[in-house]
Amino acid sequence: MAKSLLFPEFKIDRDKERCISCQVCVRQCANDVHEGSDNEDTVLSQEENCVGCQRCVNLCPTNALTVHKREGGFRPNGNWSEQHLRGIYKQAESGGILLTGMGCDRSYPIYWDHLLLNASQVTNPSIDPLREPIELTSYLGRKEEKLDIDWSGEFPLVQTRLAPQLELKVPVVFSAMSYGSISYNAFRSLAEAAREVGTFCNSGEGGLHPDFYPYGDNIVVQVASGRFGVHRDYLRVAAAVEIKIGQGAKPGIGGHLPGEKVTKEISRTRKIPEESDAISPAPHHDIYSIEDLERLVFAIKEAINYKKPVAVKIAAVHNVAAIASGVVRAGADIVTIDGIRGGTGAAPQVIRDNVGIPIELALAQVDERLRSEGIRHHSSLLIAGGIRSSADVIKAIALGADAVYVGTAALVGLGCHLCQKCYTGKCNWGIATQDPVLTKRLNPNIGKRRLVNLIRAWSFEIKEMLGGMGVNAIESLRGNREHLRAVGLSKEECAVLGVKAAGEGW
Amino acid sequence: MMRLQCKGRHYKDVNCEVEQRWEEGERNIFLEGVNGHRYLGRALKGEGFIDIQGVPGDDLGMFADGVTVRVRGNAQDGVGNTMNAGKIIVEGDVRDITGHSMRGGKIWVGGNAGYRLGIHMKSFQDDYPVIIVGGNTGDFLGEYMAGGLIIVLNLKEDGDTPSVGNYTATGMHGGKIFIRGKISQEQVGRGIGLAPPGEKDFLEVSRYLDEYRKDLEIHLPSLDPNSFTKLFPLTTRPYGRLYAY
Repeated sequence: MAKSLLFPEFKIDRDKERCISCQVCVRQCANDVHEGSDNEDTVLSQEENCVGCQRCVNLCPTNALTVHKREGGFRPNGNWSEQHLRGIYKQAESGGILLTGMGCDRSYPIYWDHLLLNASQVTNPSIDPLREPIELTSYLGRKEEKLDIDWSGEFPLVQTRLAPQLELKVPVVFSAMSYGSISYNAFRSLAEAAREVGTFCNSGEGGLHPDFYPYGDNIVVQVASGRFGVHRDYLRVAAAVEIKIGQGAKPGIGGHLPGEKVTKEISRTRKIPEESDAISPAPHHDIYSIEDLERLVFAIKEAINYKKPVAVKIAAVHNVAAIASGVVRAGADIVTIDGIRGGTGAAPQVIRDNVGIPIELALAQVDERLRSEGIRHHSSLLIAGGIRSSADVIKAIALGADAVYVGTAALVGLGCHLCQKCYTGKCNWGIATQDPVLTKRLNPNIGKRRLVNLIRAWSFEIKEMLGGMGVNAIESLRGNREHLRAVGLSKEECAVLGVKAAGEGW
Repeated sequence: MMRLQCKGRHYKDVNCEVEQRWEEGERNIFLEGVNGHRYLGRALKGEGFIDIQGVPGDDLGMFADGVTVRVRGNAQDGVGNTMNAGKIIVEGDVRDITGHSMRGGKIWVGGNAGYRLGIHMKSFQDDYPVIIVGGNTGDFLGEYMAGGLIIVLNLKEDGDTPSVGNYTATGMHGGKIFIRGKISQEQVGRGIGLAPPGEKDFLEVSRYLDEYRKDLEIHLPSLDPNSFTKLFPLTTRPYGRLYAY
């Protein structure tokens, strides 16, 4: 075969003075970049194979390695970017759809970075979270129109039958990542961390490995178009059930877990033959309308005897507000909205980078629409797609979210370096892989500890910011856009976000 | 046996009562006056019988996990949707997406079926779902099928009625379909093989037909193996070459 026209994407510099030929880099790279030799004490590198995941750099005991973006190669061109040229060469060589992993990496506006938070000065004094309690607990689920209370006894008693709720100690939930797309150890880290901090993780659509049933109280299980691993006990063991209609990274299309990743354990949980593709069709074939969605929502409510909330996850697309309204009317207790920057284990690059809208705009519009229709309390809003820090979390809540999902942030906490090659199954960090040699690299106890630390740190930061605003419960910030101001946005964008420009008073 | 009058009652009440009795140990329940009640027999685990008089609504036996449901007449959409184990016997017709994503158990249909029968059925080791239709089916039979067995008998064939519709087995990547009567390559999706059933295949088919006949209490004429066509996927990786890695 002719030599590929693709240049290596990364350049590997090995400091010969520092390299002790210990071969750690050779052993660590699943992409066969580094090659040692038995008789000579040198290590060679195949730069063509490097994905820039930085595993070898991180583990090199003498810091002899640096891996950086290769300069030159492609002639600079304002129109024909390196990404476009690489794509064309790759497709001319293979004839295939370009795959990618993680969330959209294009430089579309990130509205979180154009929103600024308020703080108290003189009036409505700020609160010091280190000395005064600040409440972060949130409840997801349908809220009642009004409560009937019986005042006749010694204590007042709520007479209204309350809809089932998910209680979150922090308004941050680990988003849907299936066992299949991520490793057993990665899933275990998420489940254990969720249990310890009092939040939830999401099974994704790959079913639930029997070992994770004991974590059911902290797991949201997903029902997607492939219906993998969906059965009565799976639905009943979970804290909530989420029907996945769409995903921010790939709205409108289904998913194919490639046969290479369908190992024995994966085929057992998904109930498909080993090594065959696990295909999630684009639509649910029993859902062609809001009425059909209602039928599935209630099928699940029936199967779990109305004991737990049912969520419906949709991708943020142009008409998201009207769709969300339909979803609420279909009986969803929680509406999950996933924006264009939402992550994935595998998606066509062209879809990930070009389809959908940013979550900030979608969230503002959905919240507004549901309020104007008087049905905002029928469902909670869980949003996803590019939450990077506690600041993003608190801004999302001020914009109208009840809680946020984090996927990428959690994986980064576990060691992910965003090389975007999740679909290859060769994750050197042991996260997005089923290769036993690689999965061993992620110790679930350490993984859990790292995630617990991350959520703990974010909680402190959220409390600091809330205290600064003079707000002592996250509930009081929810949908309170007066605490947000926009910088560097057009009038239209401010209007869509429902936020005033910075400098405007109340 | 317990009789339950469903007339005028909401499906939620009926299903809750059925499950309550089921958990208490009542494993022989007769539902009368059924008229469009959804999700009957849903998620019932363990062996036992639900007998239905009337026309059940959508998603009959959804998530069923061991129960045997029998319908004396016709049923609507979504019969046996995502069922795991057990048996659903419908003496009359069923409509669309029968056996959607079925993971195990059996569905016997006396009459005809609608579109997308057995879509995305799957199997793993002993979990092996089987659907038999006495009449014919609509388009998209066995779409995305990943495992299990579907048999279409077209017993009322008058020579002209096709046994199945178009786009049969589109995206199928596991399992087997046996169709009695006329079927042409144009009706079948790409990547699907058509062949006469082998001896072993027909033994398997005959074994299930025997069970079908006994359960439905009908007489089956002796069926010529040569009148069947076997559909099977040529690859377990239909989309293996779609992507650039």
